[in-house]
Amino acid sequence: MTLPSATRQAPPQPNYTRVALILLTLACGLGLLKSALPSGFVRPPEWLILPFADWINGFFKFLREDLGLLTLTRAFADALQWLLDVTANLLYGKARWPRIGPIPWTVIAISAAAIGYALKGWRLAALCGGTFVWIALMGQWKWAMETLSVIVVATPFSVGLGLALGILAWRSPRFEQVLNPVLNIAQSLPHFAYMIPVVVFIGVGPKAGAIVTIIFSVPPMIRMTLLGMKKVPPEVIESGKMSGATPWQLLRAVRLPTARTELLIGVNQVIMQCLAMVVLASFIGMPGLGQKLLQLLQALKIGLSVEIGLTIVLLAIMLDRASKAWAVRQPEHHAPGSSWVWRHRVLVIWAVLVTVAFGLAQVVPYLHIVQRSQAFSIAGPIDALMDQFIRMIAPVTAWLRWFLIVWVLVPLRDAFLWMPFTAVLTLLAAAGWAVGGVRSALICLGFFGAIAMSGWWDRAMITVYMVCISVILAALIGFPLGIWAARRAARAQRLLLLCDTAQTFPSFIYLIPVIMLFGVNDVAVVAAVVVFAAVPLVRYTIEGLRGVPSELVEAADMSGATARQVLWHVRLPMALPTIMVGLNQSVMFSLFMVIIAAFIGTQDLGQEMQRALSSSDVGKGLVLGFAVAFMGLMVDHLLMQWSAARKKALGL
Amino acid sequence: MPGELCHLGEDRVATETLIACRNVWKIFGARPEQHLAALSDTGGTGMPGHVVAVRDVTLDIARGEMLVVMGLSGSGKSTLVRCLSRLIEVTAGTINIGGADLGAMSETQLIALRRQKMGMVFQSFGLLPNRSVLDNVAFPLEMRGQDRATRHARAREMLDLVSLQGREDYFPRELSGGQQQRVGIARSLAVEPEIWFLDEPFSALDPLIRREMQDEFLRLKGLLGKTIVFITHDFDEALRLADRIAIMKDGAIEQCDTPDRIVMHPATEYVAKFTSAIDRARVIRAGSLAEPGLANSLEGGAVCGQHTIRSLARQLVNDTRDIIPVTNPDGVLLGGMNRQAALDVLLGEGA
Repeated sequence: MTLPSATRQAPPQPNYTRVALILLTLACGLGLLKSALPSGFVRPPEWLILPFADWINGFFKFLREDLGLLTLTRAFADALQWLLDVTANLLYGKARWPRIGPIPWTVIAISAAAIGYALKGWRLAALCGGTFVWIALMGQWKWAMETLSVIVVATPFSVGLGLALGILAWRSPRFEQVLNPVLNIAQSLPHFAYMIPVVVFIGVGPKAGAIVTIIFSVPPMIRMTLLGMKKVPPEVIESGKMSGATPWQLLRAVRLPTARTELLIGVNQVIMQCLAMVVLASFIGMPGLGQKLLQLLQALKIGLSVEIGLTIVLLAIMLDRASKAWAVRQPEHHAPGSSWVWRHRVLVIWAVLVTVAFGLAQVVPYLHIVQRSQAFSIAGPIDALMDQFIRMIAPVTAWLRWFLIVWVLVPLRDAFLWMPFTAVLTLLAAAGWAVGGVRSALICLGFFGAIAMSGWWDRAMITVYMVCISVILAALIGFPLGIWAARRAARAQRLLLLCDTAQTFPSFIYLIPVIMLFGVNDVAVVAAVVVFAAVPLVRYTIEGLRGVPSELVEAADMSGATARQVLWHVRLPMALPTIMVGLNQSVMFSLFMVIIAAFIGTQDLGQEMQRALSSSDVGKGLVLGFAVAFMGLMVDHLLMQWSAARKKALGL
Repeated sequence: MPGELCHLGEDRVATETLIACRNVWKIFGARPEQHLAALSDTGGTGMPGHVVAVRDVTLDIARGEMLVVMGLSGSGKSTLVRCLSRLIEVTAGTINIGGADLGAMSETQLIALRRQKMGMVFQSFGLLPNRSVLDNVAFPLEMRGQDRATRHARAREMLDLVSLQGREDYFPRELSGGQQQRVGIARSLAVEPEIWFLDEPFSALDPLIRREMQDEFLRLKGLLGKTIVFITHDFDEALRLADRIAIMKDGAIEQCDTPDRIVMHPATEYVAKFTSAIDRARVIRAGSLAEPGLANSLEGGAVCGQHTIRSLARQLVNDTRDIIPVTNPDGVLLGGMNRQAALDVLLGEGA
């Protein structure tokens, strides 16, 4: 289908289909003639596999021992440990300097509510205060504060580092050129790949958790800083210059304040990344909610893990809403002649309430610290309810499990493993060529060639198969759901809000319900990945469909098109580039989730990565991490290239 | 001296030049110098991928004068004003401001110049969204290190000047476009600049507000007596406000003269296209039609040279004399105006 704007587009797009078809035929040929192929064509031959892991290990050994980097990192880690101790003392009374904690939970809950009110009013106040009340009453105070103290310490570091690097990249285009590919790779490396080097340099425990959190959450801040600095309107800068501002004044008083919203969105992303990472850092001995959840899940204590899961979800929503409210908050003037107390009424009320709470906490210990024995628990009823529910749907899940494993997962896995690696590479080259000619074909070959040379081909193919099946299933759910939701504005709004909320959850959370339903096996992994990956698909499908210019739809309506015709001939083609962005994110999310889900038992790269983690094998860990990143980057290249070409053709 | 405005009279000729541009070029592209060399060597088209935004502009602006630079979008007028304020560096040529070479100034000198002598108003206002109206106006003063109390006092004065009392604590987004531009004007005047640049200050406003702001501007102009460079794409606005108009096309100045003379004697066809559509009687003043040679045998009531022909329409129709005496506002005789010529202007040449 060609739209008028597509035909108007002057530059003739080179036609890549012919070469792509030839390559596709070649790939099929290689597959069909597998039995006749020499073994070097089926699996990467010995001589092709390079000892990347040894090289990386050698490099890290050099860094640690010969450069003395170890003392430096340990010194930094000790400083961080000190900060963590201070917050730990204040938040849950760890016996460290300044020895004034723990602050009564009521005070913290009131403070959170006051911040929420100041940022966006009653609803946010209720969410913020309510989250802390829930945490305290459920007796999870210590774990939650262990988690929160890392976020409190790590966020300023990440924000500062991201701001500095972002400004540097904005000042020097050459630095930006170097930084961009690094950021691309960094943002497609799975969480575990960050942990292994940190374990080598720092060891395990809270400070390692904090450091890995800092490193992991810096990239979005750099990106948002760069974006914000570039978006400052030139006239604002010129007005600053004409006001006689020096370059430093210009940065401090003009550029940074004007880029406020982007910078604060960056802070929001940093906080959310911190939360996601700090929960996962339980794998390297980070105490807190994540560790508790991990233990409970491994012990299959569903009720208790649901409680913890709810806490994590509440924290995620609270942190996200509060930091977003801060980002979009606009300054407002006070009515002239209003008094100091009225202008600072939230502060005054907060001070009064906090004083009262402090006083009461001295008298009533329950308002200071809720002991484990005093805590509520809804684990019992949840367990009972779940048992009943699971028993009720057991025939369905059992059948589904059987069907998926026997008829879908195993055959697919075998098919992926059966394919000669040369056929896979040729296939990818064909896809690349079809999208962007020889350049894209070479990029695809480069990424997967590197995976072949890493020596982890079979494991990588298992990861690929898991991601493929998950994304296909996610698309089967996400597309129709998105199309259905996009038909009405209010419905679309509600579902978008749901997607937004779901995207703030740390990926770990998604494992709770699937383990509950399917137990510990491949089906549970696929189910978790499918749910996780469907979210961006639904979201972008809705956004793409709702974003079609209304004149186009009106024009189609006036041409007498039925609703179905409008969908197929106008809305979908126009929305496709946006939907592809969703598909791309979906693939990224699946990759991350497949790797995380490894601990419930898969045989892919993730499992190997966990082994590398437990044996602190940096070389292996990073090679595996890069293999995952390269898969992500290749898909990203293909989909984004296609989407960009399509957008251009549609004149969007 | 026909065409000389009576209210400017001899003084302007006597005043010194404040801003002097000599052969100013601004070329955008990867290698602007080579492009310029290629242009001047061969007289050809130069190198691809380069855009000449300002082409060989030579211009003198006198102290206290109001020059309007008029041109359509892409004619280089905004670039020219940014060269004058050195927001962008010129490719070739020199700009002198009060005898100092602008291009040769160091960063520190330039900042000092802007802090003391220049003010600028922008098309989309260029206000800082995070600062209140008062702090926006006080911003240039803050930059040069004045303390809070003095700069706020001065900022309040400026807000009174643009009639924005009571809005000090508002934030830019809480104001209408016209009010935001008033803040921009107040800010640009806060440092008491000698030179006032206005880059299409009223183009982003809707027509009614624009008219109101033009009146406001004329009031301020009379009050302050600054040297003003005003950019606009609106020919009517230029005619309404200017002492002199420079019409730009493709980076070059096509004609630079008083509104009367531009309307009566357009230098090029391009200028004529603008002037043909306007009502000349609204622009041409009696003073510019007065010829000193006809002044000898005059008697009876005189008209003021500052009035436009349009505003004299009733009198022109009713007065039966062939030659009507014209005086300046002080009553000094300027010359005689041929009534037939004035009627031609009023009714159009062809009538």
